[in-house]
Amino acid sequence: MILANGSMLIIEALAKAGGDIFIGYPITPANSLYQYGIQRFPMSLAAPDEITTLQWMAGFSATGKLPVTATSFPGLALMIESINMAYMMELPMVIALVQRFGPSTGTATCGAQGDLLLINGLISGGYPVPTFCISSMDDCWDISASAASAAVELRTPVFLLTSKEMVMPLRGYDISSLSEIDPVSYSYHDDDRKYVPYEPGNNLVPGFLPVGNEKHQTRLTASTHDRNGILQHTTKEALANTTRLQGKILKNLPEFTFHELDEEDADTVIVSFGITSPAARRAVRTLRKNGVSVSHLIAKTLFPVPSLYIDTIRNYRRVVVAEENQNGQFRQILFGVSGREGVTGVNTIGRMITPEEIIEEVTGDGR
Amino acid sequence: MGDKYLSTSELPFCKGCGHHLVARNTEKALEAIGLNPLDVILVTDIGCHGIIDRKFHTHTVHGLHGRSVALAAGITLGLNNPSKKVIVYIGDGGATIGLQHLIEAAHRNFDMTVIIHNNMLYGMTGGQASGLTPCGFKTTTSPEGKPYSGYDLCRKANNVGASYARRIIGTGDYSGHLAEAFETEGFSLLEVMEICPSYGVKFNPDRKLTEIIEQADLKVKLYSNQIRKRYQVHLRDNPISLFKEKNEIEIEFHSELKDTFSLILSGSAGGGVQLATELFAQAAIASGLDVSKKGNYPVTVGTGFSSSDIIVSPDPILFTGVKDPDVVIIVSKDGLEHCRAVIERMKNGLLIIDENIDTPITGAEVLKHDFHGIAGARSAALYALFFYLHRNPVIPVDALVSALGKSGISDKVDLDMLLNFKIE
Repeated sequence: MILANGSMLIIEALAKAGGDIFIGYPITPANSLYQYGIQRFPMSLAAPDEITTLQWMAGFSATGKLPVTATSFPGLALMIESINMAYMMELPMVIALVQRFGPSTGTATCGAQGDLLLINGLISGGYPVPTFCISSMDDCWDISASAASAAVELRTPVFLLTSKEMVMPLRGYDISSLSEIDPVSYSYHDDDRKYVPYEPGNNLVPGFLPVGNEKHQTRLTASTHDRNGILQHTTKEALANTTRLQGKILKNLPEFTFHELDEEDADTVIVSFGITSPAARRAVRTLRKNGVSVSHLIAKTLFPVPSLYIDTIRNYRRVVVAEENQNGQFRQILFGVSGREGVTGVNTIGRMITPEEIIEEVTGDGR
Repeated sequence: MGDKYLSTSELPFCKGCGHHLVARNTEKALEAIGLNPLDVILVTDIGCHGIIDRKFHTHTVHGLHGRSVALAAGITLGLNNPSKKVIVYIGDGGATIGLQHLIEAAHRNFDMTVIIHNNMLYGMTGGQASGLTPCGFKTTTSPEGKPYSGYDLCRKANNVGASYARRIIGTGDYSGHLAEAFETEGFSLLEVMEICPSYGVKFNPDRKLTEIIEQADLKVKLYSNQIRKRYQVHLRDNPISLFKEKNEIEIEFHSELKDTFSLILSGSAGGGVQLATELFAQAAIASGLDVSKKGNYPVTVGTGFSSSDIIVSPDPILFTGVKDPDVVIIVSKDGLEHCRAVIERMKNGLLIIDENIDTPITGAEVLKHDFHGIAGARSAALYALFFYLHRNPVIPVDALVSALGKSGISDKVDLDMLLNFKIE
């Protein structure tokens, strides 16, 4: 047993998973990720700001190195254009986002789950950025490693979504039971055929070759481009390439769908993710002890929303989505603005949702 | 010239634009140096110059407006190979947007050559003035002439340590200067002065480029500093696992605790609250309990309150929030102010508060003790924990003593004092 926080597990896992370099600019409450990242990775760079951070990361990624950063909303806001660039260029990277209470600079030292709508629409055109959410200390290890694999295997930036109360508290933790993490491996284009930088592979992901390699020309382009990486207006090939950006992620999503489903013969399912999951687990335990049947879905792959979640929650008359934001962002994403009868939320701002509040919502009539 | 670096077909620029010559002279310079095209990475910015990448047979990266120098920095640091050449094409507009990136690259001596296509305005986005537009030059946003001067980027780069920064007039064969820059270790900058045949000539029909440059007091020359070693990112051969520095905690003690127990300890910055509760958490683990410890303090960590929430339980702790604590311990006025709402909400439980502080309204049982007077400001928090454990050993006192002994600060505290309670 050691006394550790989630940040330590996340950084150790990402380093073991093959993260080559940590680049970042410190921001509360991602500071401990930053501090651990700077000391733990094979390389680290303290950037002067978040725009530079993301550009440096993209540069490293273009050379075949896997970069990692950690930030919170104000930093993310500065990174958005550059994340779009990396997404379009198809450059692997891991962005740990530790959510804090907004809007704007909000309260730096207060957690939240308020960035879902932003992340879900971060890429112009609504293209999905694979987003993985940490709901326990164990997830800090496993999900972080999976995020690194997803970034490399799908050639894309990915989000590792968490919040203050998941990464900062110190916990007693048994590290002897942690699974081994193998470093991710890049599958380079390695035959003598001409390399076409954006030619879709079997799984729609183009083969990767770093810039500076001596065998084939590599082109990376942030603007709409054809398979060769040549900027185009809206040619058929270029549009197909843009369409593929979504296709490759949807096609490979089942491989990267992580969740826990604790089902009973019940008419109510609780949906939780991240920091609301521990509270929901406690609530489920108490409810069952008191003879109330309830199911629980913990979403760990948040975006794009796996169809499996939709198929699961469809079977329940009542769905209670617990999230630490005012407007039920995940609920909106799952059910649309109009929602449906029987779907309610447990929402707070400025503090964690308690197990009691979830219990109260489940045992109430759901209005 | 063959087709080695640059496609022989027509270049995508307006007739009379100096961008043609930048590309042709780049090709000539690369040829002169004899670099393999695939040892060259051309990073282009947004602007008319940026659409040249399709014509080059080097590696090409086409990024965002103003960010190409930062993107190229990541590439050159990632490659970390002086036999590769990273070249950045950027306009005066992009240079204005990304000025910080340029200064950073020059200052840290990132291994790259930046070629600024300075036609003194943003060409692609409509001919407006940039930060490099000279005073008096007419643009779409300064039809009467720009009322203030532009940056002298070569001088700026030189000031922050660029090994090589040269301004040239973008006519004729200047490939020799390009080759010179390409072969300079670290950061080199070439500012190629041009006039945009569309906007520049249209707004300033009777002015010559040389005269504009002269009037703006922009020196056509080399600004050099001593050649410095290129910046490299330190590579750790054997990065050390974060777990290595963590002490494995053996279960050596036994706690009689049956239910989840929560405690808030609140004091002032510098009063050792975080350390005391961390030791308490280690002691709890050593007593076979699950534990969660959260620190709370303002962003100015050196002043104001410092508070910590502790939960210990014989069962796995799921929810780490502390809404209704069993015990609140207050060792300073800052600590009281931070916890006042919680204390006022308490209907039962225990409040332990320094006797020098007025007792707040609370439904909790109140105990007062002279923590500060006996232990001093730095040890009051730890002393208060011992004080509580002495009354109610949720974890054994010995477990906390042991954690303190292993912490490396035991010689800084008076253990006899911490354990000496004269409680009536």
